[in-house]
Amino acid sequence: MTSESLAHLSNNLLYSAMAVYTGAMYCYAAELAFAPRVRAGRVLATVGATASPSVDPAVSGDAPPTPADAESREQARLERSNRLGRIAVALTGLAFLLHFGAVVARGVSAGRPPWGNMFEFSTTGALAVTGAFLVLLARRDNRMPVRYLGLFVIGPVLLTLGLAVSVLYVNSEQLVPALKSVWLVIHVTAAMIAAGILTIGFAQTICFLVQDRMERTGGGPAFMSHFPSADAIDRAAYRMHAFAFPIWTFAVIAGAIWAENAWGRYWGWDPKETWAFITWLVYACYLHARATAGWRGRKAAYLALLGYSTFLFNYLVVNIFLVGLHSYAGVG
Amino acid sequence: MVDAATQNLSTAPVEGGPPGSPRAMRPVEFARWSWRQLTSMRTALALLFLLAVASVPGSLVPQEGVDPVRVAQFKAAHPGLTPWYERLSLFHVFSAPWFAAIYLLLFISLVGCVVPRSRLHWSAMRARPPAAPRNLVRLPVHTSWSAEVGSADLLDSAVRELRRRHYRVDRAADSIGAERGFLRETGNLLFHTALIGLLVAVAIGNLFGYKGSVLVVEGEGFSNSLSVYDSFAHGARFSESHMPPFTIDLKKMTVRYQPSGDQRGAPRDFQAHLSYTSDPSAKPRSFDLQVNHPLVIAGTKVFLIGNGYAPVFTVRDSTGKAVFSGPVPFLPRDANNTSIGVVKASGARPKQLGFEGLFLPTAAIDPQLGPISTYPALIVPRAVLNAYVGDLGLDSGVPQSVYRLDTNKMTQVRNAAGKPLAQVLAPGEALKLPDGQGSIRFDGVRRFATLQVAHDPGKSPALVSALLALVGLMLSLFVKRRRVWVRAVDDGGGRTVVEVAGLARTEGEDRDRLADEVTALARSLGAPEQAPASEQVPATEQVRATEQPETGKPAADETED
Repeated sequence: MTSESLAHLSNNLLYSAMAVYTGAMYCYAAELAFAPRVRAGRVLATVGATASPSVDPAVSGDAPPTPADAESREQARLERSNRLGRIAVALTGLAFLLHFGAVVARGVSAGRPPWGNMFEFSTTGALAVTGAFLVLLARRDNRMPVRYLGLFVIGPVLLTLGLAVSVLYVNSEQLVPALKSVWLVIHVTAAMIAAGILTIGFAQTICFLVQDRMERTGGGPAFMSHFPSADAIDRAAYRMHAFAFPIWTFAVIAGAIWAENAWGRYWGWDPKETWAFITWLVYACYLHARATAGWRGRKAAYLALLGYSTFLFNYLVVNIFLVGLHSYAGVG
Repeated sequence: MVDAATQNLSTAPVEGGPPGSPRAMRPVEFARWSWRQLTSMRTALALLFLLAVASVPGSLVPQEGVDPVRVAQFKAAHPGLTPWYERLSLFHVFSAPWFAAIYLLLFISLVGCVVPRSRLHWSAMRARPPAAPRNLVRLPVHTSWSAEVGSADLLDSAVRELRRRHYRVDRAADSIGAERGFLRETGNLLFHTALIGLLVAVAIGNLFGYKGSVLVVEGEGFSNSLSVYDSFAHGARFSESHMPPFTIDLKKMTVRYQPSGDQRGAPRDFQAHLSYTSDPSAKPRSFDLQVNHPLVIAGTKVFLIGNGYAPVFTVRDSTGKAVFSGPVPFLPRDANNTSIGVVKASGARPKQLGFEGLFLPTAAIDPQLGPISTYPALIVPRAVLNAYVGDLGLDSGVPQSVYRLDTNKMTQVRNAAGKPLAQVLAPGEALKLPDGQGSIRFDGVRRFATLQVAHDPGKSPALVSALLALVGLMLSLFVKRRRVWVRAVDDGGGRTVVEVAGLARTEGEDRDRLADEVTALARSLGAPEQAPASEQVPATEQVRATEQPETGKPAADETED
């Protein structure tokens, strides 16, 4: 296969992946939309639990008595909702394979790691997000459900891919000399993995803030009653951030080693470096805030959101609008 | 500074003063109060956040240390803002006093936190694990059963099992206290200490290091000394005697660009073919210098950071004598190497001659922009020059840029129509000035390479510190701190009542994972299969926290027989 036909294949695979992602996103949305409301006092399976649990009357013993037909209608709704969720996960897996194929074909076509410009970084970075999400889904740990996050993870993935194919697209070509280094693999892979995990942490943080509000004010949409408790989401989000932070730290250190090798200084306050540092500081603030009385919970969550927005700033604004040594976007 | 469990160690101030009438603090009290304020977690958090905020202008405003050309452009474009920006050190944020104030306070706060915590951690590591609380079933994760084994034997095997799980174990008469996860705090302290090391390493680099850039035309070379550098920056404790006496000659500079497609003209390969000696008496060796592939000579690194064209000119004055001949580096202005430069012929008589203009590797005439280059490599090389006669101003004593013509005491040469004389020259062509004032011939083109020579004695300590910080960080985030207690008491009827309980002491730790550990421990001690190690409902079902807040209240509805 020639380089051009491989690049063409990569694009086709990417468009197919986007179509399947769209289907998955609709299924995640429908799963939430069709889920019946959980009444107070009811012990119920959480949406997103891998197994298909039944609402056992014995377990929900302290629930107010309901007519049997209403009970079974609700049961049917829950079954349907769960089925949609399982379809969504299957579609996510399929989309991941297509997406993975697209990234590999792109890399083979160019004969180098497929993240030499912003289009490629975006597609591979989005792959890292889906990959991280699938790893969480595959853990099959029923005590830490993640499927409820599907809409909030696949949505941004699709958005990133849409941005990549419409605005950022460039043809598959060789690298500029500055990127020809083994550190391109080490530094950028670490940055993308960290970004993938941080994206899931971001989705969890949003869910935490909404759930926290629901719990304080009561009410809210029916699907929120299927999310884990605010406290559980908060702890899961913390673990996600705590896992991503050392990877991000490693990415920054690897970047410094590369910078020393390419430009003769390991740190030069180039805009990209500065914003990677800012992101690091804000997430460090988040981790410290979790351990500080009066900052736990919502305030810490806002710091996590701020941390993610500094990452987005670095990815979008610094790459495209600020002049620096890291101007490899190939855009404009 | 991460661990919630050690909050009680915090030196944070107690809110509100002692009751009674307020009075002024004595200096010692004030100093102590300030120190407590500074080393509190809250202050550290604020300083950390402030450091992030303070870095933002450094990425948005052009920085002297990063891109001096853009700083000059910014100053020219914003004359009103410039004095304010200068007053606020916004053109060199990262060496500004206010930026230094933030990070120095942060590091003082760090030291004030790390030192007492290291002491506490040291004694905590040598202390015995806490004795079992009286009522183990009150703990959030617990299990109990009745066993046939004697209590002493059971506790013996519990000690073995806990040791196998890397617990530090302390055995009392009828119970065991065990603790693990000290590496968490060790890692935490290592991380923060390594950050201090990193700061010191950066300071060493700034004090003793140097960095210079030098432009070398093909066929020429230089020997490492202060005078050869076009720009040179060094630390306060740098001395020229530290510079190794190497020499470098640029044999040839090869470049390759993307020839077609939507990335036409994008750089693909730059190589500077060098011949170098580590000291003037040594035998020359050759090296192909590339981006990402520096040359290391005696602990000093040489990098290829740029390249461009040096057109070769011959200038003759009114007498017909060649008063200048040689390559003149023209600096690239855009991605297609539209380059600008000047030629100065100070030996020309009766008046000095100066030329300024463009070099275009692939020349084209743009209707709006005039002459520009449309591709970075040499396809249609052309030089476009204006001519000046008069005094170049080289004798005024004021240092002058070799890339700029001071035209104060010069007049521009005009053609018969009275327009400024300008001519597009192909290689071999010459621009003749009217009235026999002289001429300039465009002989050909050579390339130049811009090399950066850098020496930073702080870089290895910085790398070691950064890696230690990373190790410490991972330990402090991933090691789980747990306490486990086992109690075994004879019930008087020939059986032993065993209680096992655990306590998570880690921020964000899932109690379920602790429950797994307690369950596994209980099983290994012979607990029956049914004994659940927590008040949690079975795994697939979850109790909403609003309905049953996790207060650690003992489970009353669980049967534990």
